[in-house]
Amino acid sequence: MDFDFSDDQKMLKDQARKFLDDKCTLADVRKILESDASHDDAVWQGLCELGFAGAAVPEAYGGLGLGALELCVLAEELGRSVAPVPFSSSIYLAAEALKLFGSEEQKLAWLPKIASGEIIGTLAATEGAQAPSPNSVKTSFSNGKLSGTKIPVADGETASVAIVLVNTGGSGEQALSLAVVDLTDASVTRSPVNTIDPTRGHAEIIFDNTPAELLGNEGEGWSAYKRVEAGAAVLVAFEQVGGAEAALNMAKDYALERYAFGRQIGSYQAIKHKLADMYVKLELARSNCYYGAMALSSDASDLEIAAATARIAATEAYRFAAQENIQTHGGIGFTWEANPQFHYRRSKLLALSLGSASRWKDRLITELEKGNVA
Amino acid sequence: MDFNDTPEEAKFRSEVRTWLEQNAKLRDPASAKAGRSEKSEAERLVRAKEWQAKKAAAGYAAITWPTEFGGLGGTPIQSVIYSQEEASFDVPRGFFEIGLGMCIPTMMKWATPEQNERYVKPALYGEEVWCQLFSEPAAGSDVAGLRTKAEKDGDEWVINGQKVWTSGAHFCDYGIIVTRSDPTVPKHKGLTFFFLDMKTPGIEIRPIKQMSGDSGFNEVFFNDVRVPDSQRLGDVGEGWKVSLTTLMNERLAIGQGAGVDYEELLKLARDTELENGPAIKDSNVREKLADWYVQSQGLKYTKFRTLTALSKGQVPGAESSIGKIVSGPKMQDLASFAMDIQGQGGIMQDVDESPMSGAFQNQWIGAAGYRIAGGTDEILRNIVSEQVLGLPQDIRVDKTVPFNELASSKKS
Repeated sequence: MDFDFSDDQKMLKDQARKFLDDKCTLADVRKILESDASHDDAVWQGLCELGFAGAAVPEAYGGLGLGALELCVLAEELGRSVAPVPFSSSIYLAAEALKLFGSEEQKLAWLPKIASGEIIGTLAATEGAQAPSPNSVKTSFSNGKLSGTKIPVADGETASVAIVLVNTGGSGEQALSLAVVDLTDASVTRSPVNTIDPTRGHAEIIFDNTPAELLGNEGEGWSAYKRVEAGAAVLVAFEQVGGAEAALNMAKDYALERYAFGRQIGSYQAIKHKLADMYVKLELARSNCYYGAMALSSDASDLEIAAATARIAATEAYRFAAQENIQTHGGIGFTWEANPQFHYRRSKLLALSLGSASRWKDRLITELEKGNVA
Repeated sequence: MDFNDTPEEAKFRSEVRTWLEQNAKLRDPASAKAGRSEKSEAERLVRAKEWQAKKAAAGYAAITWPTEFGGLGGTPIQSVIYSQEEASFDVPRGFFEIGLGMCIPTMMKWATPEQNERYVKPALYGEEVWCQLFSEPAAGSDVAGLRTKAEKDGDEWVINGQKVWTSGAHFCDYGIIVTRSDPTVPKHKGLTFFFLDMKTPGIEIRPIKQMSGDSGFNEVFFNDVRVPDSQRLGDVGEGWKVSLTTLMNERLAIGQGAGVDYEELLKLARDTELENGPAIKDSNVREKLADWYVQSQGLKYTKFRTLTALSKGQVPGAESSIGKIVSGPKMQDLASFAMDIQGQGGIMQDVDESPMSGAFQNQWIGAAGYRIAGGTDEILRNIVSEQVLGLPQDIRVDKTVPFNELASSKKS
């Protein structure tokens, strides 16, 4: 039984942590919250210089050629520091989609630039306030041209390339395909959109006869999209675990420091039990994330089930830790100056960015009904 | 990252497996969940003693104990491997866990070499069964608030009072007991610890009928029970310190809850028709089922993390403390929800009429006790918040006051 990360992977984690503790404090995150910047470019460039953006990109495409487990440990640290960087868009989604479904030309064209951090990639699926689905995706692709509106798109303002979920005609799931699009084309119009978490930039992107090419086969976009989502769900779950642990620690520190009725509030069972519950949810999530990591790194047949399990547990752990961290702080926790808001915002952003917990629970049970039990 | 044994672990597993195959029958998985046996307890005890003797002779009854006490001198991971393998065999369980998990380790630490020479081996071989006499009617979570009196009389102590929740007292040969020897000092300082023969005159054992109708526990009354001073463990007034040895072993000895889980709920949801179709298509059912699946997997993989630490020779982290906090309420809520799915018919607790012979109804009743036994949900949250998160203890009013001046609901 070796259900743990290796010493090398732990060293990588420490390296990421040291860098982020130094360059990506909550004061740094606050600067992004209070500015119009889509992300913290100094932190992003620093992460790229350390090779992290290309960690799981094969060496043939300019990366370090490490695996999913290395991305998992990096994700946990990014989540812990609430990093305002386009890592998930560019790496978990765009780079992974290219690795899985791109042609050799497409990989050579985009992966080296993404791996070095020269450009940012993203994935554009959502079209307004409903989950993308075979019934709702209207953005059309035909004859090499893309038209339609995607909103909200993470890092949509700064990304240079997007993987887009498009409608290529036909009915049901066969109507959807993935396309790869150069966002610097003059036909692309982008504008920022307000979200619950301004530390992560999002945009509306309008395509108007924009040149694009298919990524993978026509009519197979929905299953490809779900495969990309499943991989990203594991990585985001590690971000959620990192964030949940940070929120728990913030609540604990405050509970030890704050006095009420003549004693530390952390000595009251109402607070102690709340924090114990945060810890329990966090540990369940972490354990499920480890299994997700193992399934992702081996592209296991039960990846869908492992990803859903990790995501559901991690979403719950971060939701609870983030909201109860504010509650533990009392009034000060609701002020703009206090830090609990970062986790509250980020926890809900991550909970929705790959689809809600309800949707993942349904995906999980669909797999269990098939008799697939991890 | 993998689930594989190391070569040494694989070798041990294969040895254990071979021995089990030669000495026991494989378990029938279909009958495993029912949790009720048609044989009487006395018959099961006889069978359990036979099995224990075989197991002890092979060295598997106490894998981690030192060889001088009849153990194998093995590692915790070897002990886990044995349990994993034994789980798929039809062997008796439930008679020696408390004795070997809690009582004898306490003896090994505090009794004289001559006493250990006398008592350890018969316990290991299942010839003598042990119980633990701690809880009292007025001392549950706050066990140090116990009142059973011990008064010195020459070379003997005279014990008077009442213990409760004593598992197996009616078939046990020996017990360990903590008593109050001095009520005029603060409560943790006035305790003294003994072991005793359960057949000593003055001991009266009465079964407690639980709300499930079962009787796994007893009340034990002490009327002028005389115990020689030589059976005292630890110094006079040091009983709390000795108790901690026992209690530290309790969480290791008390396993995680078995019983019906998401697999059975999934089956029920497939088999049950609701107004709008099969229950498994109902979004509320799907959400709940997913939540419990995720919790079950979380517990399973948390155990794997603990095993990994053991396998590497490390001490497991605090993550192992969460099992009972999660599994108790989950057993209760899952069973209750499964009964809801059965609609009006869910009230039936009937072997013939209820789905799965009434396993959900049985668990719904039983889980109420599981959330209390061996540390309540609330005490476990205190333990996590204090020992894992480092939060302060509650303000205590009982630490410096003489025991007999403390406020209480009932003075003895």
